[in-house]
Amino acid sequence: MSRVGYLPLGDRLAMSAEPLVRTLVNIPPIRLLLNFLGRFAPGGRGLVILVPYAWLAFFFLIPFVIVLKISVADQIIAQPPYSALYEITEKGYLMIKLNLSNYKFLLDDALYWKAYLNSVKIAFFSALMCLIIGYPMAYGMARAQPAWRNVLLMLVVLPFWTSFLLRVYAWIGLLNNNGIINNILLGLGLIDRPIVMMKTDFAVYVGIVYSYLPFMILPLYTALEKMDMTLLEAAADLGCRPFKAFVTITVPLSLPGIIAGFSLVFIPALGEFVIPDLLGGTDTLMIGHVLWDEFFSNRAWPVASAVAIAMLSLVLVIMFVQNRLQRRAEAA
Amino acid sequence: MTEGKHPEAPVSEPWKDPHATPYIRIQNVTKKFGDFTAVNNVSLNIYQQELFCLLGGSGCGKSTLLRMLAGFEEPDGGQLFIDGQDMAGIPPYQRPVNMMFQSYALFPHMTVQDNVAFGLKQDNTPKSELWERVKAMLEMVKLGSFASRKPHQLSGGQRQRVALARSLIKQPKLLLLDEPLGALDKKLRESTQFELMNIQEKLGVTFVVVTHDQEEAMTLSTRIGVMNAGQIVQVGTPTEIYEFPTSRFVADFIGSVNMFQGRIVDEDNDYVRISSDEAGCTIFINHGVAAPPSAALAVALRPEKIVISREAPADTTENCTHGVVEGIAYMGDVSVYNVRLHTGKLAKVTQPNLVRHADTINWDDHVYLHWHAASGIVLTV
Repeated sequence: MSRVGYLPLGDRLAMSAEPLVRTLVNIPPIRLLLNFLGRFAPGGRGLVILVPYAWLAFFFLIPFVIVLKISVADQIIAQPPYSALYEITEKGYLMIKLNLSNYKFLLDDALYWKAYLNSVKIAFFSALMCLIIGYPMAYGMARAQPAWRNVLLMLVVLPFWTSFLLRVYAWIGLLNNNGIINNILLGLGLIDRPIVMMKTDFAVYVGIVYSYLPFMILPLYTALEKMDMTLLEAAADLGCRPFKAFVTITVPLSLPGIIAGFSLVFIPALGEFVIPDLLGGTDTLMIGHVLWDEFFSNRAWPVASAVAIAMLSLVLVIMFVQNRLQRRAEAA
Repeated sequence: MTEGKHPEAPVSEPWKDPHATPYIRIQNVTKKFGDFTAVNNVSLNIYQQELFCLLGGSGCGKSTLLRMLAGFEEPDGGQLFIDGQDMAGIPPYQRPVNMMFQSYALFPHMTVQDNVAFGLKQDNTPKSELWERVKAMLEMVKLGSFASRKPHQLSGGQRQRVALARSLIKQPKLLLLDEPLGALDKKLRESTQFELMNIQEKLGVTFVVVTHDQEEAMTLSTRIGVMNAGQIVQVGTPTEIYEFPTSRFVADFIGSVNMFQGRIVDEDNDYVRISSDEAGCTIFINHGVAAPPSAALAVALRPEKIVISREAPADTTENCTHGVVEGIAYMGDVSVYNVRLHTGKLAKVTQPNLVRHADTINWDDHVYLHWHAASGIVLTV
């Protein structure tokens, strides 16, 4: 039956149970016409794909075009605070104004590229720490008794039941000078002055690693769980010790999971705003924060949009590289 | 019991020599998984250069026994010796054993040659020697031109040969094979079976093969160990197992068989007469049987040892019964007849199709079944 769906409309109708329809369709010109017209009618497949495409167009593509438009505008004191992209002059000319100085400004002012670099650094090391912490956890989960796996999986996802914002706030209570951690250490007599943890890069790392760890564990778990355990037996059988088998068999086979997990942490951490805002100090320079400042404090919408477009380009480059790596890892 | 001779019997039959040292000694080995006893007090000797098949249905413990030899499972009781060395506590990567896995377990991220080279790399074999040996091994399994392919680019038969090459590259003295031909189609199986036997002869490796396929076991092995419910029920050459099964289980498991319940009515040192209500006749067997008189027993008759005819044979007093043909399965070389005996029991008879356009037996024909006095196998257990 499924093959019928791929036939042109006219050929499909020729199999109709209705004798009248069959007779009409079997007249060659009518059949050819129907076959031709059928190409333009949206089929069932087209309709199914249409919904997600429309969603993406309305909520991603159009906003992106608007941001792109604002990024090449002039900042003016008006409502909204940027100039129009085009206007019709008195003589009837269409005048398009592209102001590229916003982008040039990003390059000239050291603040921006420093913020970019720092964001990349923090996102990279956060992802690395997530990998170091997440790999043993995912490995343990994948090797646990099947009955336990779902329980463990649920425990990993459980934090999502509480608001992200609340969980980050909770870290303030833990990391504060008179927070829980310092109070315990003081109480035990291990330190005699509170350790300053809040408003430091350390707190930002803690916040990001804590918040994004599940995004690392889940793809790693998937990769490790589907791995055939007899491969490790085969390696041992050929004289390979367990640790070497881990390095030469398990790690390469979980590479797609490593790449996916790394990107899932790295990309959102790159533009992270809430965590550095709540836990970081004034010297924690991250691009998400810079963007927020431009937009709300300076009301510099065009510059803020340029910052956003530049960040998006960076993410696109990273995703492209990730995609290539992933495909190569999966082909292996 | 008379000794059956395997048509291709090896020159030596070390299991008959009381002074021969077994290469593998399995002593009272038991393995439990929770409440389930997978291997129950098994003792077995396997000799060098044997091609030993462990044969049994699924869950009979044959794979567990093999995995204990490889070191993937530790026995809960008993001892395992390979080449005189107690294997207790020796991890798989230190055993002088290689295994070919049922799923082949090829490393999917490595090329064919890297898969084959893996074992040698673990021993830090010098590069030049390593690749030379890999190349020679790939030539032997006829995969020379596939060296740089990945496993997923190969067919099932090719993968199987990579797995074989990988398990042979370290020249192990003992090779364990878990259902080696299970995933192959019939034609490929047959050619691979002979290939395996050639390799075994060429390299002088001791093979222990696990299989549920009796045909495979019959073709390959020097000896077969039939397993049931965690125990070895009979060990013998393929001929012994087929022609002289010692239990109803073995007779029934290997090949097809007609089983007639009966009891001894007359016996002497060199013959026995059994009256069977199921067969509907007296069965005469031309050798003595070690069974108490009047004990309930069964006579097993292989379908190919029964002659089927429409005319009554000369002597219908013994080893002859009759019935009506209920079904015929034409297999080309032979035909299988299902005959409903006059006693109500269904008997199976195979007959080679010797002549084309023969006046063959048809459905609903009344036929006589008769057999030679040496054909019946008396089974007491």
